[in-house]
Amino acid sequence: MSKLSQLSRLEAESIHILREVVAECERPVLLYSIGKDSSVMLHLALKAFFPAKPPFPLLHVDTTWKFRQMIEFRDLTARRLGMDLIVHINPDGVAMGINPFVHGSALHTDIMKTQALRQALDRYGFDAAFGGARRDEEKSRAKERVVSIRSAQHRWDPKRQRPELWRLYNTRKAKGESLRVFPLSNWTELDIWQYIHQEDIPIVPLYFAADRPVVERDGALILVDDERLPLQPGERPQLRKVRFRTLGCYPLTGAIESSADSLAAIIQEMLAARTSERQGRVIDRDGAAAMEKKKQEGYF
Amino acid sequence: MNAKLALPAADVSAWLAAQSGKDLLRFLTCGSVDDGKSTLIGRLLYESHMVLEDQLEALASDSRRLGTQGAELDFALLVDGLTAEREQGITIDVAYRFFATERRKYIVADTPGHEQYTRNMVTGASTADLAIILIDARKGVLTQTRRHSYLVSLLGIRRIVLAVNKMDLVGYAAQVFEDVERGYREFAARIGLSDIVAIPVSALRGDNVIEPGDSMPWYRGPTLLQHLETVPIGDEVDAQPFRMPVQWVNRPHQDFRGFAGLIVGGSVRPGDCLRALPSGFTSRVARIVTADGDLQQAVAGQSVTLTLEDEIDISRGDLLAAAEAAAGVSDKFESTIVWMSDEPMLPGRPYLLKCGTRTVTAAVAQLKYKLNVNTLEELAARQLELNEIGLVNLNLDQPLAFDPYTRNRDTGGFILIDRINNNTVGAGMLQAALRPAQNVHWQVLDVGRGNRSVQKNQKACVLWFTGLSGAGKSTIANLVETRLFGMGRHTYLLDGDNIRHGLNRDLGFTDADRVENIRRVGEVARLMSDAGLIVLVSFISPFRSERQLARSLLAPGEFFEIYVDTPLAVAEARDPKGLYQKARAGKIRNFTGIDSPYEPPENPEIHIDAARLSAEQAAEQVIGQLRIAGVIDRDWVFIP
Repeated sequence: MSKLSQLSRLEAESIHILREVVAECERPVLLYSIGKDSSVMLHLALKAFFPAKPPFPLLHVDTTWKFRQMIEFRDLTARRLGMDLIVHINPDGVAMGINPFVHGSALHTDIMKTQALRQALDRYGFDAAFGGARRDEEKSRAKERVVSIRSAQHRWDPKRQRPELWRLYNTRKAKGESLRVFPLSNWTELDIWQYIHQEDIPIVPLYFAADRPVVERDGALILVDDERLPLQPGERPQLRKVRFRTLGCYPLTGAIESSADSLAAIIQEMLAARTSERQGRVIDRDGAAAMEKKKQEGYF
Repeated sequence: MNAKLALPAADVSAWLAAQSGKDLLRFLTCGSVDDGKSTLIGRLLYESHMVLEDQLEALASDSRRLGTQGAELDFALLVDGLTAEREQGITIDVAYRFFATERRKYIVADTPGHEQYTRNMVTGASTADLAIILIDARKGVLTQTRRHSYLVSLLGIRRIVLAVNKMDLVGYAAQVFEDVERGYREFAARIGLSDIVAIPVSALRGDNVIEPGDSMPWYRGPTLLQHLETVPIGDEVDAQPFRMPVQWVNRPHQDFRGFAGLIVGGSVRPGDCLRALPSGFTSRVARIVTADGDLQQAVAGQSVTLTLEDEIDISRGDLLAAAEAAAGVSDKFESTIVWMSDEPMLPGRPYLLKCGTRTVTAAVAQLKYKLNVNTLEELAARQLELNEIGLVNLNLDQPLAFDPYTRNRDTGGFILIDRINNNTVGAGMLQAALRPAQNVHWQVLDVGRGNRSVQKNQKACVLWFTGLSGAGKSTIANLVETRLFGMGRHTYLLDGDNIRHGLNRDLGFTDADRVENIRRVGEVARLMSDAGLIVLVSFISPFRSERQLARSLLAPGEFFEIYVDTPLAVAEARDPKGLYQKARAGKIRNFTGIDSPYEPPENPEIHIDAARLSAEQAAEQVIGQLRIAGVIDRDWVFIP
């Protein structure tokens, strides 16, 4: 018998985590952010509970500024798989007219993402939320547990995180507390792409290079996804062959110039890459410990 | 410099095909502060292209601002994560790092070398196949080297790389390396480590990390990475008999009943005979179900769903094992435990124990000794503090299927969870069953507690009065007993002070003794309620978990926690026995409320606001609530 490949081991570990949390928690939910990591996580969930359907719904926290193709893909995916999909938009943010162009990325992210996520978890009483974060994404994530406990106020306290040994996850919590669970903790970006390739997992077309209208702003290429993008003096959208390494709110997500229009080409580009994926996210640039601070406040 | 690491290939399809055979090595790095661990890992990441341009820019700026290497890149800054520890300049938690070569993917558990962080090292070691022990060539084998090596061996890691670092600072001298290696091997043999590969390196300069370099021509062995690339990866579990803890029963419809889990030992094929433990039922595997189609064989490390030929009762927490080589089952074990909580481990205190997918209640029946991990000396102890390791006898409330940890980490390793705050407070390794549970039978008696209660025309139960010293517990309990006795009930009052004069006179007031005190009283109360009595217990019983233990001895509805709630100031002002005065004067130590905590009940059956009520009113409240609860029923009034 040949040895298990490292991807098979990662797959088995993620399935184990998904099952363990479902068996021990009352109301789990999968945070579906539509990106490639979410797609892999959803694929693993389908495998974990086969032939049954995953016994939890998908939750998408919609900031109203996602790429249009993401929303189409999300609805199509939920329908194709027959999964329950909950879409939550922070009504307070909508009432305040929160707009990344006017209010800046930090406030927009806080209200439409962090606050909105807390609202949704509280409203539906979810006690465990699966997220697609990986330890290789960013330095402060390297120490995140697979099962991470949050207070009733959804705060992350580095001192309260529990040691994780062997394959034993402690999912116990007091009333009101909840868990964030990261089944992809030990995957790297390259593992994700290889697995998408191996398993033929559908992903949003924005990952593939195509001619798209963009403007160049502070060194980032921003897609003109709809008429809400205010053009600054002298700015003219140009058609360029671009793709996205990471997907989020379109005004906050920079594209890269690329001709990679197939998975093989993406992987090849990745292998030669000289820039890490989070760099495309504008929110990460606010200071060295930005991510750690956001995490303490409840950002995923 | 970095020729052998993951590089873009021209033909991606061929490259991807080659990747499908790549395997996984998890290793742990341990060393003392300043041995250069972070620098070593940082270098492995850097040279395997895992550090990208933007991270490199950040590293360059961080190196100038925080680094210790002057104008050069400080690789340690690549892996030191959280802000606080970056400022302190030491790593204080377990971080996981990833890199890959053409052959293997690596997961590195980076754990701190600091004396007080045994907890983190044990955590990192629990999933590692190999350990790199770093030694500063100038310092040789230190106390911490011995500690780390012992922990590594305790956690079952057999393969060791001894990286003798900072060779550049000893002039790359062969003699220094040889002396360090010899010293280490002598020590390692004593703790059962023999598979040791020693490599002289300079993490800072890069010598023998990836490439040999030309500084140490006298060394002919592999570089660190060459060794990691070729070391055989733990096939131990593949050779073990089949084991799969059942995680989840998959029942999408009436006709399908599958048992989902991750295989932690051996392999399985359709037709294999399996035994479900602890029940002992056997059946044959019908199908190995996965989303990619049924399998003809599944091996350790795979997550699968099994269906069986017979309908036998199996649920989450059971272990499926090869019928011809089934695991042992017991409820009493000898085990090593590592304590990971600021609150000490107290013998007798119940904790939750999770092993595989089964969670049971367990208490340490006996702490045989604790170990000085620096000298391996066995020391007598009454409790275990944070980062201490001890050998214990464990009692479980239910039988558990297991293998000795040395044979299988997954069926022999467990965590202990605090029942009140839900923290993971300890980890343990089962060594042996003290007796097989199947031989244990309760003596079945013909006259049961039910018969005795009926004979006495009452419902046996335990009324547990808890509260500060001087709160009024005994006074109120006394009045309640008098009332019950007057109603023709059969009662007995166990009073803290009286019991301490007799049954428990060997016990003092340390936390460990307080736990034992309550355990004994709980058992006596249960025996008396078995005899059909209404038992009144008047004990300070300051800890929630011990009251919980007493509660767990009785059936639901038969335990009444009565919280005599008197503010400390009021109790201290009363001070009927003059004890508070002595405690304040320092003449009594560990006095509840003064220098020992009282944990108030969270959901007592009866809550007495003793500062506002007289003792008579309080007793009346208890009688009233016992009526409501059906303990005292009018119909049951004794008629002479």
